[in-house]
Amino acid sequence: MAVEGAGHHGPMEQFEITKIVDLDLFGHDISFTNSSLMMVVALGLIVVFMIFAMRRRLLVPSRIQSVAELSYEFIAGMVKQNIGPEGMKFFPWVFTIFVFILVLNIFGLIPGNFAVTSHIIVTFALAIMVWLVATFVGFWKHGAGYLKLFAPEGVPIWLMPIIIPIELTSYLIRPISHSVRLFANIMAGHTMLEVFAGFAVLLPWWGKIAPTGFMVAFTGLELLVAFLQAFIFTVLTCIYLNDAVNMHH
Amino acid sequence: MDPQAAKFIGAGLACFALIGAGIGIGNIFGSYLAGALRNPSAAPSQFTNLLIGFALAEATGLFGLLIALIILYG
Repeated sequence: MAVEGAGHHGPMEQFEITKIVDLDLFGHDISFTNSSLMMVVALGLIVVFMIFAMRRRLLVPSRIQSVAELSYEFIAGMVKQNIGPEGMKFFPWVFTIFVFILVLNIFGLIPGNFAVTSHIIVTFALAIMVWLVATFVGFWKHGAGYLKLFAPEGVPIWLMPIIIPIELTSYLIRPISHSVRLFANIMAGHTMLEVFAGFAVLLPWWGKIAPTGFMVAFTGLELLVAFLQAFIFTVLTCIYLNDAVNMHH
Repeated sequence: MDPQAAKFIGAGLACFALIGAGIGIGNIFGSYLAGALRNPSAAPSQFTNLLIGFALAEATGLFGLLIALIILYG
């Protein structure tokens, strides 16, 4: 954090990965890092929270139970609306993606915590998983007919040489845009917070007020972004799955 | 020119992509508000579409930001 030793820390230093336990697998570095630690903590918290919230299934839910139920219904509604009733097969997976990203995003906002989703490799791994699953489901359900996704109906035949490469490119670029959106939003937000924290530290007392106030407001906005990006990641997952399951409906 | 200076100028130029993202996001939310004020009852059903449009508009700008980051730190 920029707070210690003013001026000596850059705004990008918060994204540094440090090893906690050195591990080596056949020459590959698979060390347990602060990033892995945050993921394990987030996962543990989600599991404990869900089990704790649903341990007594009351008809009139307690406060903590309604949090779990609301999040369930929120994602279930999204899945049904975007994919249709058939999509409920994918619900556990989509729900896991949403809660995992949401908790990691919000965790990263706590000062001093490491923001896992600010690393493109993490978001790219999630996005490529979504893309592979969607592609696999598409070919499994429709066979070679899934390729018709790249040749939309109603397009005049002379346009096809242009449309097909465009559709193909947009399909292949999906995991990249999917991951970059989440990563860039979280990273840009955290860098911005850090830059303004630097201002608050470096300026004389009369200059500290504005950046500190800005940081408070911006942290609120970042909380919104953390939720919004988790939501958008999940909605896009649903849309890609809808393409695979229903093929343009 | 000093290569280091050229690098920084390039990173700055790459950030121009965010102009388009700004215009796009403003356009989407502006159009949504205009539509929502005309027909408030239809607004909630289009909220998901709003966010999808927002995400798509933002992505193109973020590609430019990504290029800037690759130039600076890659």
